[in-house]
Amino acid sequence: MNIKDYKGILVFAEQRECKIQNVALELIGKARELAEPLNVEVSALLLGDNIGGLAKDLIAYGADKVIVADDKKLGIYDTEAYAQIFTKVINEKKPEIVLMGATTLGRDLAPRVSSRLGTGLTADCTKLDIGEDMGLLMTRPAFGGNLMATIMCPNHRPQMSTVRPGVMPKNEKDEARKGDIEKLAVSLDEAKMKVKVLDIVKEAANKIDITEANILVSGGRGMGGPENFNLLEGLAGEIDAVVSSSRAAVDSGWMPHDRQVGQTGKTVRPNVYFACGISGAIQHVAGMEESEFIIAINKDKGAAIFNNADLGIVGDLFKVIPLVTEKIKKIKADKSA
Amino acid sequence: MKIVVCMKQVPDTTEIRLDPVTGTLIRDGVPSIMNPDDKAALEEALVLKDKYGAHITAITMGPPQADAILREAFAMGADRGILLTDRKFAGSDTLATSTALAAAIKGLEYDIIIAGRQAIDGDTAQVGPQIAEHLDLPQVSYVKELEFGKDNVLKIKRAIEDGYYLVEVKAPCLLTVLSEANKPRYMHIRGIVEAFDKEVEIWTVDNITVDETKLGLDGSPTKVKKSFTKGAKQAGKVHEVEPKVAADIIVDKLKEMFII
Repeated sequence: MNIKDYKGILVFAEQRECKIQNVALELIGKARELAEPLNVEVSALLLGDNIGGLAKDLIAYGADKVIVADDKKLGIYDTEAYAQIFTKVINEKKPEIVLMGATTLGRDLAPRVSSRLGTGLTADCTKLDIGEDMGLLMTRPAFGGNLMATIMCPNHRPQMSTVRPGVMPKNEKDEARKGDIEKLAVSLDEAKMKVKVLDIVKEAANKIDITEANILVSGGRGMGGPENFNLLEGLAGEIDAVVSSSRAAVDSGWMPHDRQVGQTGKTVRPNVYFACGISGAIQHVAGMEESEFIIAINKDKGAAIFNNADLGIVGDLFKVIPLVTEKIKKIKADKSA
Repeated sequence: MKIVVCMKQVPDTTEIRLDPVTGTLIRDGVPSIMNPDDKAALEEALVLKDKYGAHITAITMGPPQADAILREAFAMGADRGILLTDRKFAGSDTLATSTALAAAIKGLEYDIIIAGRQAIDGDTAQVGPQIAEHLDLPQVSYVKELEFGKDNVLKIKRAIEDGYYLVEVKAPCLLTVLSEANKPRYMHIRGIVEAFDKEVEIWTVDNITVDETKLGLDGSPTKVKKSFTKGAKQAGKVHEVEPKVAADIIVDKLKEMFII
């Protein structure tokens, strides 16, 4: 393999039901940034059935070229079918970098393709940079998020990475942007496609288990009453969090027992734990002190919870929480605009 | 039916702490465990064994002490345990690991290969699909439910973000299983006793047919350039500020953590 033969960045433009996944647009945005020091083109690979119309959107978000494989056999994601086309495109176009979303499909496809090509793959990256030697620096969390590692793929091409959705900024849509669309003739070795999809079933969010939540927004006696938990629900809804509570709120009948954190409730270890109007009694702290990051909001400066918090806010949660929720809403609206 | 279960011994990452002063990982005293998704993989195999009868081979690649998880697998009900261990495997990335494991599995009989979706130390979810590719087998990853039916056909619920694919695949195939798929059984007493009579087979590079240039650190396309912790956990900072400023502080922190 001659590394110098490989040029450009290829983004896998994942679509589902003919809708481009957000992460694909984020990756095109990131790819544009990486293409700058490399002085190369950004291409997107779009696979699906009846998806030709999506190509111009990918250009509007920053792709210089879109390679489209439009075939009814590609309508529903199939590991082998997608791997065959993806591998063929990589072998022909020889991109130096290949990026895909770290979705349940991307993480199924990427290892299959990288293994077929015999090149390196880095999973679930949260940061991508170009190094001094023009190689890709791929940074990702490991050891349950306790450690960050920067990975390189120095002697093999392409350098492949799956990237966590929601991390990279996507570009503003620019309808005036120009780019090339290349249609691919689809030919598949169907004998190798051995997995048959019988049905795709959508499920409502699973029943709530506070020990499984990545983020908990927890309320205590300081919430004042059951109606005020709406405030916490509002925030939780914006950040995929679940609302939990202290024993005081459960004993007062404001929240059901299965949401209780603490010695007599559940022990939780989310990435982020919001303690809102919770004083920080030992029995509560015992159930949440192992949380990765604890944010406490309490109007009492002397509340014990501040001893356990990574970030403490002395203030009125009825003012602070709605402001936080509003701000997040605005950021999200700006992002998707 | 012959089933091969791939497993890994991992540090219990929920027990890992950062040194508050240096910010480095404290690994001393952290227990080594059978990776949770792999335990779920073994449980799926054991359920098939209970229902239809099966011979289960548990295989792991790792240092000599990884033998412990194979003994645990024996005690849960596995029939055979293979420890792939050799200095030449040291420093393998996912591709080199899958190359070694696939080469070892080539020396075994199997109808179904089951692995955990991902290991809690690396969280890559790559080795399973990479083994499937080396062995030219169909794969189904993110398995949350499976049923074995007529003519060696498996009906599987494969999780996606907002639901699942219901798929069908005929053995031989490779599956990667989520820990939510089941509740692994405990080791039974007789099993624990027998586990220490049974022999874990030690395989080195000499027991497999493989291109040695594709193994270990040198055979790994990816290299760790550097690793770092997110820093020592500072004593929490308490802000007594206007609500608007407080909201900014919180939102900035959430951004930093990629939550928004």
